[in-house]
Amino acid sequence: MATVTLSSIAKSFGPTRVLGGVDLDIADGEFLTLVGPSGCGKSTLIRIIAGLEHQDGGAVAIGGQPVDHLRPHERRVAMVFQSYALYPHMSVRQNIALPLTMSRLKLWQRLPLLRALSGQRRTVMRGIEADVAAAAAQLQLDHLLDRKPAQLSGGQRQRVALGRAMVRHPDVFLMDEPLSNLDAKLRVHMRTELAELHKRLGATFVYVTHDQVEAMTMSDRVAMMDSGTILQLGTPSQLYEKPASLKVAQFIGSPAINLLPGIVGAGGRLELFGRPMALNVQQAQGQAVTLGVRSEALSLVQGEPAGTGRAWFSARLRRKENLGSEYILHFDLAGRDVPGVTMRTSPAVAVGISEAAEVTLGFDESACHLFAADGERIVSRGPGVATASIVPLRA
Amino acid sequence: MTLALDMPVQLASSRRRRLWIERVTGLGFAAPALVLLLLTILVPLAVLVVLSLTNYEFGGVDLDFVGLANFQKALADPIIRRSLLNTLIYVAIMVPGGVFGALLIAILIHRRTRSRSLYEVIYFLPVTSTLIAMATVWQFLLHPSLGPINGLLKWLGFAPVAFLSEPSTALATLAVIGIWQILGFNMILFLAGLTAIPRDLYEAADIDGCSSGVDRFLTITWPLLGPTTMFVVITTMITAFKIFDTVAVMTRGGPVGSTEVLLYNIYLEGFQYFHTGYAAALTFIFLAFILVFSAVQTFALDKKVHY
Repeated sequence: MATVTLSSIAKSFGPTRVLGGVDLDIADGEFLTLVGPSGCGKSTLIRIIAGLEHQDGGAVAIGGQPVDHLRPHERRVAMVFQSYALYPHMSVRQNIALPLTMSRLKLWQRLPLLRALSGQRRTVMRGIEADVAAAAAQLQLDHLLDRKPAQLSGGQRQRVALGRAMVRHPDVFLMDEPLSNLDAKLRVHMRTELAELHKRLGATFVYVTHDQVEAMTMSDRVAMMDSGTILQLGTPSQLYEKPASLKVAQFIGSPAINLLPGIVGAGGRLELFGRPMALNVQQAQGQAVTLGVRSEALSLVQGEPAGTGRAWFSARLRRKENLGSEYILHFDLAGRDVPGVTMRTSPAVAVGISEAAEVTLGFDESACHLFAADGERIVSRGPGVATASIVPLRA
Repeated sequence: MTLALDMPVQLASSRRRRLWIERVTGLGFAAPALVLLLLTILVPLAVLVVLSLTNYEFGGVDLDFVGLANFQKALADPIIRRSLLNTLIYVAIMVPGGVFGALLIAILIHRRTRSRSLYEVIYFLPVTSTLIAMATVWQFLLHPSLGPINGLLKWLGFAPVAFLSEPSTALATLAVIGIWQILGFNMILFLAGLTAIPRDLYEAADIDGCSSGVDRFLTITWPLLGPTTMFVVITTMITAFKIFDTVAVMTRGGPVGSTEVLLYNIYLEGFQYFHTGYAAALTFIFLAFILVFSAVQTFALDKKVHY
């Protein structure tokens, strides 16, 4: 069990700067996810923790001990690769056993002819066999031990890769997009399995993904990365409910957050589509402010709602997506400089709206996120502070 | 009523006609390949077999069937026995040298980024050069008194070696030249095999504890190069069996028959002494050897190789 401490890690590949001084403290036993669009540096960061890449600047410590001078296998980390990287010529048993044979047998005891001379070898091999069996049992691989990786399905290969990582009880598990080669259904299933495995092992997990759903569902904390820096570090709900910047708000959440163009009116009062809202900001008059509204915060309103605290606009239904338990409705905002908005709602509401119908959509002003022109989150001084309690679905 | 009876008959006959057309079309498509195969391989092979059963001499007007007499003669002939043994010794030196040498070079230059293509060209040069032309260079290099190799030996304090005129060293020297000739080609094959091994396997192995080069080679490189190695071993072996040009140019089978090899004897019998029937029998034996060796290796190695 160990903490992982990264201090100002920098890395460039040629002229391209991939990591620009990343600081990160990962607690003992934590499930931390690095999430971000491709090319944001998250894979490079995890490879630096593993020791597969060497950083240009900064230091990595595992369990409080600096590990920069150590080879990957000396760092007591295990890694699961996106491609699983199983040894194709070895059986499942040999694949899982390899880390143990490497650490418990000396080189000459592993060589084809010399190994016959070793008396200890048999005892050691029996110990390895037992450990492999234990790991295989945990992952329900018992009946597959004699197969080759090519004879396994994607999910089984994934489990073998996990077994190979687990078998030597590493302090830190590093996972580089381990689920992205699986089909959607299996991915959902493996999400649960991984989360349970983490709970059972109690080890530190560092997990890299570009899928925000994986980040939200499994992690204790999420570090959202972009262009080689961490944009925000927090629990999944912190990232969802209080995104620190527009990029975080756009990346986290599905369907993506709706962005509406606000403008600062007289006295710092925000205006949406020419109508003043009950939100005040410190920005100068005439400046643009982006309003982020989650799709579940939108609701249908009848007529023009009077009263404060509720913003509204008219929209035309473009398309309905039926997800069974809920609907995602796509609206066009005619004549507005907005690509469209999505609303998540119950089937009861969705059935009541016909295609191409003109409706009025409203949202609780306190439930919207405000971002300045540079993408930073801003706090309103309005009656409702722009924190984000999730507004329940409203019929 | 007649109409109802006619219909199935018509249908059946039209189906038969379509089947017939399909069969003829299929044969038509296969015919060019079949004819080529017959003309270039099967007919010459048949002629070879027929000739090997006769006492035909090149340029002669008649021939007699002599049954297996040619084969009996070949198996009893001490010259042929010696040349067969020499060929096997040559193969036994050249195959390990040509395979493992090329593997070593390929591993050494595989990870070079800038200099790799330079090394590739250098090691590949002997493959592109004509061995007969290069043989004169070798003859000079190995010359007992003029050659730089003996010069080096003398400088190091050793006695000069007459590599090509000493019966004990001549065959081994030819084998070394054979290795030199084939290294580049085998190296290219091994490089292709090495490139096909996914990088993340080495990374996984690094994390799993294969930190030394020996471990990486034994765990990943060697097993995953299996198919390449099998191919290289068999092609090298066939090349080695066909040793002829260096013998013909540099030693002519000498000194005292120490470099007499099978193909050179076939050449002598067929084209110098015009014993065409006898040469055909020898050729048949030669082909049988290559076939048997390749087949045994394929079956033996195939079980151990992971694809």
